[in-house]
Amino acid sequence: MSVAEAGVTRKAVERTTRGQQVRELGFRAALLFSLSFGFLALAVLLIDVILDGASLISYDFLTRFPSQIFPERSGISSALQGTLYLMVLTAVFIVPVGLATAVYLEEYADRERWWNQLVEVNIQNLAAVPSIVYGILGLTFIVRGALDLGAVLLAGALTLGLLVLPVVIVVAREAIRAVPSSIREGSMALGATQWQTIWKQTLPGALPGIATGVILALSRAIGETAPLILVGAIAFVPFNPDPNPAEGQYSAIPITILSSVSNPDRDVQALASGAIIVLLAILLVMNAGAVYLRNRYEQKW
Amino acid sequence: MQENVTQDPEERQRDASASGAPAVPSTRDGQVQTQALEAKGQKATGERKPIFGLEKVGVAYGGVPAVREVDFPIYQHQITALIGPSGCGKSTLIRCLNRMNDLIPAAKVTGKVNYHGEDLYGSDVDPVQVRKRIGMVFQKPNPFPKSIYDNIAFGPRVLGQKGDMDEIVESALRRGALWDEVKDRLKTNAFGMSGGQQQRLCIARALATDPDVILMDEPCSALDPISTGRIEDLMLELRENYSIVIVTHNMQQAARVSNMTAFFTVELDEDEKHRTGRVVEYDDTEKIFTNPSDDRTEAYVTGKVG
Repeated sequence: MSVAEAGVTRKAVERTTRGQQVRELGFRAALLFSLSFGFLALAVLLIDVILDGASLISYDFLTRFPSQIFPERSGISSALQGTLYLMVLTAVFIVPVGLATAVYLEEYADRERWWNQLVEVNIQNLAAVPSIVYGILGLTFIVRGALDLGAVLLAGALTLGLLVLPVVIVVAREAIRAVPSSIREGSMALGATQWQTIWKQTLPGALPGIATGVILALSRAIGETAPLILVGAIAFVPFNPDPNPAEGQYSAIPITILSSVSNPDRDVQALASGAIIVLLAILLVMNAGAVYLRNRYEQKW
Repeated sequence: MQENVTQDPEERQRDASASGAPAVPSTRDGQVQTQALEAKGQKATGERKPIFGLEKVGVAYGGVPAVREVDFPIYQHQITALIGPSGCGKSTLIRCLNRMNDLIPAAKVTGKVNYHGEDLYGSDVDPVQVRKRIGMVFQKPNPFPKSIYDNIAFGPRVLGQKGDMDEIVESALRRGALWDEVKDRLKTNAFGMSGGQQQRLCIARALATDPDVILMDEPCSALDPISTGRIEDLMLELRENYSIVIVTHNMQQAARVSNMTAFFTVELDEDEKHRTGRVVEYDDTEKIFTNPSDDRTEAYVTGKVG
């Protein structure tokens, strides 16, 4: 029943009705309920892992090699170094390739052309391809087949690189696009060539965004397990990775975690919690770095 | 070079030499100001050297014409104003003069743009070389996200200019009437400057590469009247050594600073589908604002339309 129908004179400010208040409250409760799902799940996971694994974390844990016979003296040295080495190599691979692709697509490609459109659609779809498919790709073309590198760290890094390359390209393109065209025009109007404009104006302006994207891409790569299993990373490697990435066997933290939790021995299973804490710590540092870069260097246009 | 303007050249020159101190009303303070016009004077009235010759110039974006059949000369050491309502193609046209339209893939320029008698769009002309000689200042100040010093030094550096960079920077900032304001903070970020200072920085940046011509695309439209006044004073100074072409929406500005004015209008095409810009009248600024030949010009400059 509306105010007018009731014949009541309109007040200058209508009071909130009881029903509105209830609806408002109910809506907020629903939002908080949804929020609590994600938050609680994460909290439970963290607490559980820390309770199980915190006692394991020590210098020895990081420097010892895995041992199935003496799990209490086991460590993740080979997996930790393997993961760090993988990340460095992956970064070395994806930064130049991803950047060059992004620069081409943003600054040079004529979007009217069908082949450029095809590349764009491809990249968007590649970002959604399951990681295990990349593992098979890596196994077929990098470990065996065309490159025939064998089950070495370099093969793992290239496979992980391929996996996150679409992410890097998409983020780098967005960062490049965020540099206003007035900066490009200003540079070109001074007689700078397109290459000088890209190298001295566009890329420096886009760098914070690109760096953030690369870090986020790496933090996706660092947790990937399936493709590494396929390209031959091994769980128990009693030696650190060979400095030459095209030589020798290697391990990685996700592989250690997987093999530990699937081991029937409870002591070995506990190792997984320790490895998870180390992995989460690395992730946290990387993401904090990304946030810092973004806040410190991001350009407000 | 053939001039295709609404008036024959001899008659126009007589007009120009006859007008000593024309009184063009300026509404800046609500009173008649003749000072600016007197100050700018006519340099070498009898013999103006054309620097650009436009012959049937047209620009189309993706096949849709934005401006067409532009035919007039632009003279050296003068300020040439392009005025007209929005969408009349004056910004599009000014971007032809340093081949900035090349950056828009869909844009196509027809006709001939001569610069010192050479076809700017000739097959062997490198647009980068063109832009070294013909600088441009944009509507919105667009300093680079760098220090004031590096903003100025960018042009000379990419062009590989020899010489003491400190001197080049100081000289450009002096010519841009900015030196005294910024000499103590050359290393600070240019984004910390006021809008007017930023725009003068952009002018100084263009001057640092020693261009021949400076194109200004509505350089004051984002600035307050005081900053606008300073930039206008600067333009009058710069006219001694450079040729300036300015697009402006501000008719008083055109009247205050320019020697020649081209009035553009928008017309519906024959097939009534597209709106295309055309030049209605090109003449001495005094003539355009006091005694235009075309009724449409008169209606526009007196504020009856637009």
